[in-house]
Amino acid sequence: MSLINIENLHYRYNSKGNWVLKEVDLEVNSGEFVVIVGHNGSGKSTLAKMLNGLLIPTEGDIEINGRSTKDRDNIWNIRQQVGMVFQNPDNQLIANIVEEDVAFGPENLGLESMKIRDRVDWALKEVGMEEFKRHAPHNLSGGQKQRIAIAGVLAMKPKCLVLDEPTAMLDPLGRKSVISTIEKLNKSLGMTVVHITHFMNEAIKADRIIVMDGGRVALEGTPKDIFAKVNQIKKYNLDLPQVAQLALELQKSGLDLPDDIFEVDRLVNLLCSLK
Amino acid sequence: MLDDIIIGQYIERDSFIHSLDPRIKILVIIFFIITIFLINAFTGYLFLAFFILVTVLLSKIKVKYIIKSIRPLIFIISFTLIVHLFMTRGGQIIWEWRFLKIEEEGLRMGLFMSLRLIFLVSYTSLLTLTTSPLALTDGLESLLKPFEKIGLPAHELAMMMSIALRFIPTLLEEAQKIMKAQKARGADFESGNLINKAKSLIPLLVPLFVNAFRRADDLALAMEARCYRGGEGRSRMNALLLVNKDYIVLALSFVYLISVGIFL
Repeated sequence: MSLINIENLHYRYNSKGNWVLKEVDLEVNSGEFVVIVGHNGSGKSTLAKMLNGLLIPTEGDIEINGRSTKDRDNIWNIRQQVGMVFQNPDNQLIANIVEEDVAFGPENLGLESMKIRDRVDWALKEVGMEEFKRHAPHNLSGGQKQRIAIAGVLAMKPKCLVLDEPTAMLDPLGRKSVISTIEKLNKSLGMTVVHITHFMNEAIKADRIIVMDGGRVALEGTPKDIFAKVNQIKKYNLDLPQVAQLALELQKSGLDLPDDIFEVDRLVNLLCSLK
Repeated sequence: MLDDIIIGQYIERDSFIHSLDPRIKILVIIFFIITIFLINAFTGYLFLAFFILVTVLLSKIKVKYIIKSIRPLIFIISFTLIVHLFMTRGGQIIWEWRFLKIEEEGLRMGLFMSLRLIFLVSYTSLLTLTTSPLALTDGLESLLKPFEKIGLPAHELAMMMSIALRFIPTLLEEAQKIMKAQKARGADFESGNLINKAKSLIPLLVPLFVNAFRRADDLALAMEARCYRGGEGRSRMNALLLVNKDYIVLALSFVYLISVGIFL
């Protein structure tokens, strides 16, 4: 059975408003790395908030591990299983010491203090921030704050991590550190990841890409499938990753290159072996 | 800008006072404040001063910081002194010049009142100097817990305080950013009289408030996503724990309170 199961989901914020999400059918399997891309107003952030019951479907159903988010009795269990990281790093840290903030989630679950301590140390280690555990969050960089937020969610031992544009407010370096942290968690812990972004570059390593447009799922497939549909992607106001774009242009001008080049290293190697 | 704020400033040291439970420290302070107002003789004040000095030495905090915390109140203290000097009547006349008169009772009351203020401020600032804001809110929460039965929202108050403390530096940073942005657009924050200056703060305060509300909204969402549902069923990582020395200090300060009550 899939971890997240979305069936015929419709959503609008009020009964007279426009539909923000329409006919969304999705499944996310355990251990999968799914990237949801879409430009502004495509409904991707709304979809994210539905995954842990912050918003409830107007029509249709979302099931996490077989439990519907519509049933209020499930809500705390679902929120523990689906951890969520938001866009603004400043507005999701609650305590003024890093380790206290990471402890916030497990404290809400009512765990024993020894157990919380273990989880906090473990989570900070997983995101590579253990040396900052006594620091104040406002002295850290955006990327570091975002990694603390990820640790705060990890400490609740979720089954799935939903990240709603976690890199949108970061500088390139911070972006890189957050992305590599997410990728590492997916690989080493087998954590299911749903990463929502509007940067195509961040979708390269995904198992599956879902392109949202106007509240619907417009495209779905592996990075290779999606990036091949250049014209459709352009239509949804999205760009190919730069390297893929370059490879495509080189292909057009007559170089003999394969279709699935999304990474700089691979392109460099292929170009060097060409002559 | 951050350096100007002395209220709630915490100085980390490895001292006996620092290691005490915040609840005990708050109780001792309350006892001390009661005795300040009970004692009415100079010998008693000498004793209080000695008591403060011992605490300061034990806390390893430099006397400089204590003096710094009194400084903003210099005006109030000297005002109290002067009012009492010239207004309170009784006893022999010490000094007289035309209509101004200082009498014995005035001098006594003036000195008492200003000493009381100095003791009060220096001792309470010792609390914030030696207790981290987090420990302080935890201590307050657990001390107020019994009053939850009569409807006092102890957990909510403590949560509000700690969130406020968390966001002070963030909001200050933002205020500075907005100020720069408005200056770049030609806003003038410095010239003009007091009313003009206050008016010129509007373009700073409006965006700051709007953003603060947006932040609050985001934060509430993030807290909910992390299973926050109020104080019920919530545990703590660093739960407050009373150890022997806490009981000893509490017992000693209780003895102190009782003896002051009996002898003075």
